[in-house]
Amino acid sequence: MSSTDTQMESRRSGAWAGNFLWAGGRFLLIGVITFLGLLAVTFFIGRVIPIDPALAIVGDRAPAHVVERVREELGLNLPLYEQFFLYIKGILQGDFGNSVLTTNPVMTDIRRVFPATMELATMGTLIGACIGVPLGVLAAVKRGSLIDQFVRIIGLIGYSVPIFWLGLLALLVFYAKLGWTSGPGRIDVVYEYTFTPITGFYLLDAVIQGNWEAFRNIFSFIILPASLLGYFSLAYISRMTRSFMLNELEQEYIVAARAKGLSETRIIWGHALRNAAVPLVTVIALSYAGLLEGSVLTETVFSWPGLGMYITNSLQNADMNAVLGGTIVIGTVFVAINLLSDLLYRALDPRTRAR
Amino acid sequence: MTEAINTSRPLTRREWLMSDRPQSRTQARLGRAYLVWSRFASNRLAVVGLAIIIALLLVAAFAPLLAPHSPVAGDLRNARLLPPGGDYLLGTDDQGRDILSRLIYGSRLTLYVVILVAIIAAPIGLLVGTIAGYAGGWVDAVLMRITDIFLAFPKLILALAFVAALGPGIENAVIAIAITSWPPYARIARAETLTVRNSDYIAAVRLMGASPTRIVLRHIMPLCLSSLIVRVTLDMAGIILTAAGLGFLGLGAQPPLPEWGAMIASGRRFIMDQWWVAAMPGFAILIVSLGFNLLGDGLRDALDPRGNNQ
Repeated sequence: MSSTDTQMESRRSGAWAGNFLWAGGRFLLIGVITFLGLLAVTFFIGRVIPIDPALAIVGDRAPAHVVERVREELGLNLPLYEQFFLYIKGILQGDFGNSVLTTNPVMTDIRRVFPATMELATMGTLIGACIGVPLGVLAAVKRGSLIDQFVRIIGLIGYSVPIFWLGLLALLVFYAKLGWTSGPGRIDVVYEYTFTPITGFYLLDAVIQGNWEAFRNIFSFIILPASLLGYFSLAYISRMTRSFMLNELEQEYIVAARAKGLSETRIIWGHALRNAAVPLVTVIALSYAGLLEGSVLTETVFSWPGLGMYITNSLQNADMNAVLGGTIVIGTVFVAINLLSDLLYRALDPRTRAR
Repeated sequence: MTEAINTSRPLTRREWLMSDRPQSRTQARLGRAYLVWSRFASNRLAVVGLAIIIALLLVAAFAPLLAPHSPVAGDLRNARLLPPGGDYLLGTDDQGRDILSRLIYGSRLTLYVVILVAIIAAPIGLLVGTIAGYAGGWVDAVLMRITDIFLAFPKLILALAFVAALGPGIENAVIAIAITSWPPYARIARAETLTVRNSDYIAAVRLMGASPTRIVLRHIMPLCLSSLIVRVTLDMAGIILTAAGLGFLGLGAQPPLPEWGAMIASGRRFIMDQWWVAAMPGFAILIVSLGFNLLGDGLRDALDPRGNNQ
């Protein structure tokens, strides 16, 4: 009896694992198709829309033989599908072409600037999740109260305000008028020689090196743009937390827990929030992906040397390779986070395994 | 029986509208509209949103009458970077132009972008979604895969890349935003189509010999409209913000057009000393997108009373 029991158990967990693997394989397939679609779109933007990409590179005053040579190098004389094939091959090898502006390979540039964007988005999401989740919980518990109204207003403004404008106002108030934070940039010039980046995440680097003075300086720079991104993430997270919690608080197990005499604190934070946490993970992951996008405008306002500013700088100089390279990287991370959060949802919620 | 009720006592207008035995199609439609309107009107914030949007339409329509100064020609000698107050209610910019007048004319550009994007993107989404939902099979699979690819892309970045290739300008910004905003509409239209495609009335129409084109165009699309309109209204704020973002990066409307995002960009240099140059257009954007958000929320709650536990 017990042996069949364990057999059943093992078979069931085997089925779970198989199911999970199958789901993982399916996700991988979707990911690959989406990635190829992404490349098709950027290929279309870079090679098909411009009348002559070669002219875009050398300029329209270049002699005919130079244009011809560039066309040859780009493979523009080949049929379109062969060009696309070569394009995908190049990108899979990390070859996004050279940036006209910096003359480096675009991949090298992106590797240099990407950690700055990641650091900013991570800090923003941390701020958003740490404040947004408790705020959303309180709004759901005290429905219709002042806190609830507050969360609603934060959400409404978050969906309606232009992020770059709010950034400019924040710079005006907290940097220019009050002097609480540092202005645009990432670190003071003073530290340029004493501070050596290791991981590219400056705050982390400062901690590793025990350089507290630099840490304080870096913090004074990052706090304003990170709070700004954090606000947008907070608006989204608190609104979603509220609706998840309202949904959980209506469930019967809450009544059961109350009947058992559990304290309200325990019911809310221990039981309801724990069940709401599964979809919340997805929401937080999505808001992280959203911040990567929001960073384009924020970085421009705060002169933050990340991927967003790299893209806008390249845009202003008609540097298509760099623009499309940045687009592909952000798009890929975006797709990857989306898929991962989906997979995480399946891993965390036992109900999704039942099917 | 009904005649007896009707003749015994004249109906009040409200009773006529609320009647559960409408005598004509017009009465039924009016009654339905009345119901939606009364639900909508009971939401005070939604009415505020509607008022903001009506005000925007009026301002845009009567811009030449309302604007106290020229939106493009400034008084460079006497009126550079004047603070708000006096003759220039919201101050002037570095070209000596009245900011209020520019904002009033800028409302036309904002409406232009929003309406054009909606006109381009909504039909594309509707078409893709209804075809995918009605045809099913591999057509559905292919169309939805394409939709997902566009959905997976971060909107602003995709729009940026498109404008970078097409060249800056307000028309190209509209095209770029439209290309990035149709996928959610396709999703909604497909979901609505799936709920009605196997219903009896569709089967009846098919038996009468209607072609698939006719079924989709005449019998499925109208049913998708209300949820689509809600979604488009809710998206309008996002469209305005994206357009303003593109304008801020210099990729949208080109100077001297008084586009609000571009106005913020040009005021950026003076933010420390002459804050109003950049601040005023931002308030305009905030108010208008708030209006669309409130209106969209209200419409959603009024048209779909099921899902309004928010």
